[in-house]
Amino acid sequence: MEKANVREARETTSETPEGTTAVTDAKIQAVRTNVHYGDKHALKDVTLDIRAGEVTSFIGPSGCGKSTFLRCLNRMNDTIDSCRVSGTVRMDGEDIYDPKIDVVQLRARVGMVFQKPNPFPKSIYDNIAYGPRIHGLAANKDELDEIVVTSLEKAGLLAEVKDRMEAPGTGLSGGQQQRLCIARAIAVSPEVILMDEPCSALDPIATAKIEELIDELRENYTIVIVTHSMQQAARVSQRTAFFHLGELIEVGDTEQIFTNPRHKLTQGYITGRFG
Amino acid sequence: MSEMTAVSGTPGRRTRDLVAAGIGRRYRAERRFRIFGLVAIASALVFMALLFMSIIGKGYSAFVQTEIRLPVAYAVSVIDPDGTRNLDDMRRANYGKLYRDGIQSLFPDVTSRQDRRVLNGLVSSGASFQIRDAVFEDQSLIGKSGEIWVPASDDVDMLVKGKIDRNLPESARRVSDQEIAWIDALEKDGRLATRFNWRFFTNGDSREPELAGIWGAVVGSFLTMIVTLALSFPLGVATAVYLEEFAPKNRWTDIIEVNINNLAAIPSIVFGLLGLAVFLQFFGLPRSAPVVGGLVLTLMTLPTIIIAARVSLKSVPPSIREAALGLGASKMQMVTNDVLPLAMPGILTGTIIGMGRALGETAPLLMIGMVAFIVDIPGGFHDPATVLPVQIYIWADSAERAFVERTSAAIMVLLTFLIIMNAAAVFLRGKFERRW
Amino acid sequence: MPFSFLLLVLAALAVVSYRFGTARARAVAPGRQSQLHSRPMYHGLYAAIWCGVPALIVATAWVAFQPVLVKGLVMGGLPDSYSALPEARLNLIWNDIRNLALGDVVRAQPAPEIQAAADTFHRLYAIGNAALAVLCLALAIAGTSYALKRVSMSLRARNQVERVITVFLVLSSLVAILTTVGIVLSLLFESLRFFGKVPPLEFLFGLHWSPQTALRADQVGSSGSFGAIPLFTGTLLISLISMCVAVPVGLMSAIYMSEYAHRKFRAVAKPLLEILAGIPTVVYGFFAALTVAPFIRRLGEGVGLSVASESALAAGLVMGVMIIPFVSSISDDVINAVPQSMRDGAYALGATKSETIRNVIVPAALPGIVGGVLLAVSRAIGETMIVVMAAGLSANLTFNPLDAVTTVTVQIVTLLTGDQEFDSAKTLAAFALGLVLFCVTLGLNILALHVVRKYREQYE
Repeated sequence: MEKANVREARETTSETPEGTTAVTDAKIQAVRTNVHYGDKHALKDVTLDIRAGEVTSFIGPSGCGKSTFLRCLNRMNDTIDSCRVSGTVRMDGEDIYDPKIDVVQLRARVGMVFQKPNPFPKSIYDNIAYGPRIHGLAANKDELDEIVVTSLEKAGLLAEVKDRMEAPGTGLSGGQQQRLCIARAIAVSPEVILMDEPCSALDPIATAKIEELIDELRENYTIVIVTHSMQQAARVSQRTAFFHLGELIEVGDTEQIFTNPRHKLTQGYITGRFG
Repeated sequence: MSEMTAVSGTPGRRTRDLVAAGIGRRYRAERRFRIFGLVAIASALVFMALLFMSIIGKGYSAFVQTEIRLPVAYAVSVIDPDGTRNLDDMRRANYGKLYRDGIQSLFPDVTSRQDRRVLNGLVSSGASFQIRDAVFEDQSLIGKSGEIWVPASDDVDMLVKGKIDRNLPESARRVSDQEIAWIDALEKDGRLATRFNWRFFTNGDSREPELAGIWGAVVGSFLTMIVTLALSFPLGVATAVYLEEFAPKNRWTDIIEVNINNLAAIPSIVFGLLGLAVFLQFFGLPRSAPVVGGLVLTLMTLPTIIIAARVSLKSVPPSIREAALGLGASKMQMVTNDVLPLAMPGILTGTIIGMGRALGETAPLLMIGMVAFIVDIPGGFHDPATVLPVQIYIWADSAERAFVERTSAAIMVLLTFLIIMNAAAVFLRGKFERRW
Repeated sequence: MPFSFLLLVLAALAVVSYRFGTARARAVAPGRQSQLHSRPMYHGLYAAIWCGVPALIVATAWVAFQPVLVKGLVMGGLPDSYSALPEARLNLIWNDIRNLALGDVVRAQPAPEIQAAADTFHRLYAIGNAALAVLCLALAIAGTSYALKRVSMSLRARNQVERVITVFLVLSSLVAILTTVGIVLSLLFESLRFFGKVPPLEFLFGLHWSPQTALRADQVGSSGSFGAIPLFTGTLLISLISMCVAVPVGLMSAIYMSEYAHRKFRAVAKPLLEILAGIPTVVYGFFAALTVAPFIRRLGEGVGLSVASESALAAGLVMGVMIIPFVSSISDDVINAVPQSMRDGAYALGATKSETIRNVIVPAALPGIVGGVLLAVSRAIGETMIVVMAAGLSANLTFNPLDAVTTVTVQIVTLLTGDQEFDSAKTLAAFALGLVLFCVTLGLNILALHVVRKYREQYE
């Protein structure tokens, strides 16, 4: 186990981050990443590794920058006019903010699931087939059918919808919609899946299903999940990063973070003293 | 999944390759789509530019008019044969003879009746008014002789402005070789000049293009707009205030609301039919009168004003209302003292936009007879009148070549009015717009 | 005008009574104004209302009904030989009398009884106007004195004034309803008279339109035929052409503006595009007739096609351009109503911008766009001046855009401009066409508003 990037909140300014480049199994490495929305400094000098084949969760109070950081990882922030990102984010050693990197190709590798389920106003089938179609992943109808079925199966939704693949995706229940969105992301066969509070709009039963699903998906995908439920982070993730006011306070194995936080802010948060 | 893995390693690897393979094609489609969008905007703008260029190009020449300097003998025998200096008799005198004698004195070798008539035709018949006005302005002229600038006929005007091509064969143009020779002779003598066409701005309509002006139509438009504004503004604001501040939410107000939205989308010509059937046939109001035009345009403009006023009232935050009511104001006082003043800039903007639309409206006014040929400048709300857009329509329908430039010039005047109004609306919006 | 003058006098009187009212209120409670129930201003308004409103109501009613009354009296006063005449003839005589009385030019020397009637007309109007003036002034003064008498400490002037204003507000809101009722009634009434002369089925499904009716009853061969199908197809053809221009251009402009354009570009291009909406239709008509139509004809001749000088294509093209800003502003609205989460979903899957727009945003916005297009169609159908000036009068039953066609609105204008009596089948036909136009556009609007509302609810 490598040394965690423990960063003291008030001593970050000049410190060179340690142990960030040496890691070999890091899927994504962020080095001193900063994000500004107009004048607002939303993310301050975040340096963090995300390891392949694990679930990493970002926790922290609202507005702490965890979602902002997540959106940096597939350059979703590009769609916001006033947003500027500086620093480096590397995926498999390549800087994803390099001008040579194509954002379409990047997003095909890094899928994303949003806070509120957002199925397209199309049929269930077309929702799943959307990604493979635009990227040309299926050579023919049979292949496309297979991708759709496997994706739905992996998302645990196949049994519920296999008789109504042509029904509109918006007609499903909230939990089913979110699993549809996960299936939609999986259908592209990404390497990383980002999830931005995927259960915050769902009831406990649907949440449990999604959590189960995340655990299963871990085998094939690198998963990053933003959540403000600490229990969820504890249940699904292997590593946890705690953000506060735009800064990364502490990152480490989930167990360690929850049982033995090094920073008193983290401790305060997980014991419920603020947040 | 397993088969994919077999093809090219991990599924992620396969995705990466396939995406990379298709990316060029997709970006080309992206560029094409983007270009479509630009082309769409550009084509609309190019069309607009063409429209303006065509109208300005056709119309600017109407602001000048070819005039001829004629020698005139203000003969007593013609103007005041009785020697009484009775103004009524003098007004009826045959001034036409004076300008005809004038032009003929310049070409003494033209003798045949036919040729003389053609020669007379170089000068606009409006010359007689010009000479009469000169006499009335300065009666000491009578008995003397002098020189006077009078308008040339429309054909001469068109030739001088280059709108009739001299190089066409004689049979294919409206001006004969003989006339061209005369015109050239006049020009050589310095008797021909293009001067600012003040008649265009001060005259009413005329069958003679060189005498036709827009003043009658401008006054008609003005009178019509006064009626429209005087009725539609209070009614529109009152309706909006009622619906927004007082009306209970029930079926009845729903009906009014749906009704207003539908009225806003009814073709304007239907309002003309309404005006014809109700105002002219039922109430017996006079045809072609600005008051009827104003009534019809009021009904047409009302929905616009109501909708704008409601939006404006809605944007006044409830806190203002609560504050006023909390201080013990009655609901009416709250509306008149607090809400309306805050909403007024928006309401005025909407009103100006509605007025602009009414000013440019033609079709319903054709129905109520404002399309008549009216020479006199209307003096009141019940006088027969026409309005600027209808004048444009009438001229556009006229056969004479010279009306084309006048139509375009009238359009330029109308557009100028509209631009001023819209600029005022934009200014108002910019100046008073509030963000709550 | 005496009536406008009367209004001015009434307004002046109202101002005077306002002054009196406020002064009176102050006089009633010298030095203890706070004890007045209502502020002096309201007492002034109270007096002004009592001064102006009754007189105004009487004056309005008078002006509305005087012509009808006078007509009855004058026509009743004509010798008996006239009462046997047909109605159309009587209307002409009435016009003569009116023109004579109002001092307009009349061609021939009028018959003595007509001259006498005109004198009666004149006299009646003079008496009427004088009586009205006296009555109004009397009412105004009486109202003011009544109001002034009532001014006291306890007069609830504010409540009374507010009640009057409320009544005014309610009445104003009725104007919109009355307008609709007026439109429906006048169109229906005249159309029913038309259908008394021409069977509705013949009108709606007849294939031949030539509304030239006989000038005299004994004239043969020009009874006119009123089959409106060629007008309907002509209207449809021109609307279709205009939609072919307006929908793609308007939609693409809206998409470019809202999804691609730089903020600065948008700030310039959007108002520029909106200028198109502000140009009066008569200007478009002039441009279509004088510039576009000849251009298209030359173009057609260049490639060996015969193009009518008033082709449907020219009118349709120009109308399409006129409607572009309308389509684009509605599309802009509905596109912006598509939630950002839809875009995010597509972008996160790696869709390019155009893929997101074509596959996600446009399908999601489709109901709204359809609603907007329906509204645009209803505009195209009802548009008048462009087609009056640029499309012809020939009622050809054709779908060739290079031919001349005529439309419903063109025919309404042609049938109703120029001198003709009001009761001929020809003029009544215009109202029947108007009724069709009204029903179709109303139907389209209701449908479109319904679709758009449903669409908005979906994303609220």
